[in-house]
Amino acid sequence: MLSERGSFMKGMVLGGVFCLVLSLLGSFSPITESKTEDHHHHHVKAASKDELQQLSESRLQELNNQLQISCVIMVQPKNLVYWAAALDTWTKHCDKAEFYTSESSKALEAIDLNEKDDWARLHKALKHAYENAGNIRWFFVAQPSTFAIIENLKYLVLTKNPEQPFYLGKTVKSGELEYVEFNGGIVLSYEALKRLVNVFQDEDKCPERQSALWKLSEDKQLAVCLKFTGVFAENGEDVHGKGLFNSRSVDNLISESMDQNPNNVVKGCCSDMAITFSSMSPNQMQVMMFGVYRLRPYGHDFQDILTFYPPKGSDND
Amino acid sequence: MKPLASRFSFYVGFVVGTVLLYVILRPVWFEGIQLAGNYGKLSDRQQQLDKDKGIWKKERSALFNLDHPHHTGEDSRMADELYNKVRILCWVMTGPNNLETKARHVKYTWSRHCNIVIFMSSVEDPDFPTVGLGTKEGRDQLYWKTIKAFHYAYEHHANEADWFLKADDDTYVIVDNLRWMLANHTPDEPIYFGRRFKPYTKQGYMSGGAGYVLSREALRRFVEGFKNKVCTHTTSVEDLAMGQCMEKVGVLAGDSRDTAQRETFHPFVPEQHLTAKFPKSFWYWSYCYYPISEGSNCCSDVSVSFHYVDAGGMYLLEYYAYHLRAFGYRYRYQPPTPKAYRLELSNSLDSAGELKEGTSGVKEHGDDDLPRPDQGQDAGPPPVVGKDAAAAPV
Repeated sequence: MLSERGSFMKGMVLGGVFCLVLSLLGSFSPITESKTEDHHHHHVKAASKDELQQLSESRLQELNNQLQISCVIMVQPKNLVYWAAALDTWTKHCDKAEFYTSESSKALEAIDLNEKDDWARLHKALKHAYENAGNIRWFFVAQPSTFAIIENLKYLVLTKNPEQPFYLGKTVKSGELEYVEFNGGIVLSYEALKRLVNVFQDEDKCPERQSALWKLSEDKQLAVCLKFTGVFAENGEDVHGKGLFNSRSVDNLISESMDQNPNNVVKGCCSDMAITFSSMSPNQMQVMMFGVYRLRPYGHDFQDILTFYPPKGSDND
Repeated sequence: MKPLASRFSFYVGFVVGTVLLYVILRPVWFEGIQLAGNYGKLSDRQQQLDKDKGIWKKERSALFNLDHPHHTGEDSRMADELYNKVRILCWVMTGPNNLETKARHVKYTWSRHCNIVIFMSSVEDPDFPTVGLGTKEGRDQLYWKTIKAFHYAYEHHANEADWFLKADDDTYVIVDNLRWMLANHTPDEPIYFGRRFKPYTKQGYMSGGAGYVLSREALRRFVEGFKNKVCTHTTSVEDLAMGQCMEKVGVLAGDSRDTAQRETFHPFVPEQHLTAKFPKSFWYWSYCYYPISEGSNCCSDVSVSFHYVDAGGMYLLEYYAYHLRAFGYRYRYQPPTPKAYRLELSNSLDSAGELKEGTSGVKEHGDDDLPRPDQGQDAGPPPVVGKDAAAAPV
C-alpha cells in the first residue's frame, strides 16, 4: 500500500515536471492559440522596387501595355447612392467598368441580370464578364460600397502572369475553407475565371442556385467552386506584409489603430499602397478620391518606374 | 502483484500530475501575461518620453524638430530645401483640458513637419510641453491668448523662424504646402496669409480656425503696434481683431490661392468642402473674400489647412496627405516650382526628369489631359454629388 502511494506521488511529480517542460518548450501552452493558419496561408506581394528595376525597359512597357483591369461591380437599386458614388469616383480608373444589377433602375444604366439571388447573380455576372473579356486579363469584382485604387491593384499584379490562376483579396478562414471576403474586393486572373466558368457547367460541384437548406454567402460559394478547379485564395500584401485589401472603412481602421497603437497610429493602421476599403459612404468616397488623387505635400516625389494617367473626362481626380 | 500495482499507481500519478499542473498553470500563466502587460503600460509614459527625444529637442517650452518625417523610397529634395529655407514656427492654441484629447494628436501628426512648434495654453505644462500665457480659458480669452502667444513667439524665437503660423488644436495643417505657398515671398514683406474673409474690414481678415501665418515683418509690426497702442484688444473675436490690427500697421492681407485660383486654407473639414451644399443663407457665402467653388474645385491639390478636425480626422488627413497614394499616378495639377528655387534645383531635377521620361510606360489613356505647369483647371462644372448637408457649424 505504502509503495503504491509512493509510486503515485512520484508519478504525479514527474507528470507535473513533464507538463512544465512541455509548456516551457512552447510546443503547447496553457493559453490556447490558433496556430492553425500559418503554413496554409498564401500571400501575394507586389514586386519590390529592386525587382522592377531589374526588368528591361521594353519588358516593362510590354507588361504595362498588357495590364488592363475589368471591373465587375454588383449593384442593386436599393443602394443607388453608392452606385452613383462608385460611378463618379474610383470606377473611372478601370480600363473597363461594368455594372451588373439585380433589377433595372431608371436612374442609372447597368446590365440587368434580373436576379434576386446573390450567388446566382454573381454567377451570371462573372460568366458575362468572361465572355466579353476581349483582351483584358484581370478582373476585379466589387460591391459599390467598396472603394478601390486601381493603380495599386495594377502594381500588385504587374509581374504576375494572368495565364496562371490567381484569386486574391482579403482572405478569411471559415473552418477548412479559405475564401476572399467580398467586402474587400475579389481579384481574378483570366485563368482563374476561365476555370470558374468551366466548373459552372458542373451542377454538382458548383450549382447556379444553392439549395435552400445549405446557403453559403456568395463569396464562400465562389471559393468552394474555385477550390474544385485547384484555385486557392491568396492574401494580397504589401512589401511589409500589410494587407492591401480592407473589408472595413478607413475611419474604422484608424479608430482601431488609435486604440491599439496610440503612439504610431498611421503607420500601424493601413498600407501606403492599399487597394481597397469597404463600407465607405458616398461622401467618404469623394474625400478618398481627393486624398488619393489630389491632396499631397509639395516637394515629395516618388518617381515610380511606371506612369498611369488620369482618365479622360473626370475632374475629381 | 505489488510491483504491478505500484507501477500502475505511478502511471496514474503521472497523468494526474500532468493534468493538475496544467489546470494550475493556466490561470497563473494568464495572470503572468496580464502582469507583464501592466508593467508594459507603466513604462509607456517613459517610452513616450524616450520616443519624443528622437523626434524633438525640447527647449524653453518649444519643440525643435530634429528630423522631419521622411518616407522610404521618396525623393524629398525639394521638400528638404524648402524646410531649410522657409522656416516656420507653428503655435497651437490649446488649453489644459485639451492636451490629451486634442493637442496630443496635433503633436504626433502635422506639427512634426514644422521647424518649431509651441503649444500655447493658459497654464504651463513642462512635460507636454505647453507655455502658460497667464490668461483664463474660454472663447472671450481667444484674442488675449493670441496677443500673448505672438508676443511670446517674437520675444523668444524671432530669429529662429521666417514665418509664424497660428493654428487651433482642431486645425490640420499640411506644412509642406504652406512652404510652397510662402516660397515666392520673403519674411521681410509685411504680409499675412490665411482664408480671407471680407466683412468688417477694408482689406479683409483671415479666418482664425483655418489658421493664418504672419511674416517676420508682420509679426514685428504686430508687436510694435501694441507697444505704440496703435493696436489694442478691440474685441474677443480673435480673427477679426487680428485683421483690424494688421490693417492698422500696414500689413497686407495676402491671396493664398493656388495658380488655378483654388483655395488652400479651409474653415471646414474636406468632406464638407467637397460634398456639402451650404444653404445660400449660410454665413459662409457672404464672408468669403473670393468666389466660392463647391465640389472638387473647392480645394487645391496643395491645400494648407482644414478646420474642425477631430482626433481621428488628424490621423486620417495625415494618412491621406503623407501616406496613401496611387502608384505611378501622374497628378493633373502640377504646382509650379517657386521662382527662387528653379535655378538651384533645376539642374539636378531636370537631368533626373529626363531619365524618368525615358523609362516610364505611357498609357494611351489621358494624354490630352496632361496639364501644362501653369494650368490646373479642367473645363466644365463639377458633377453634383453628395446629399444636401445641413448647415455647417460656425
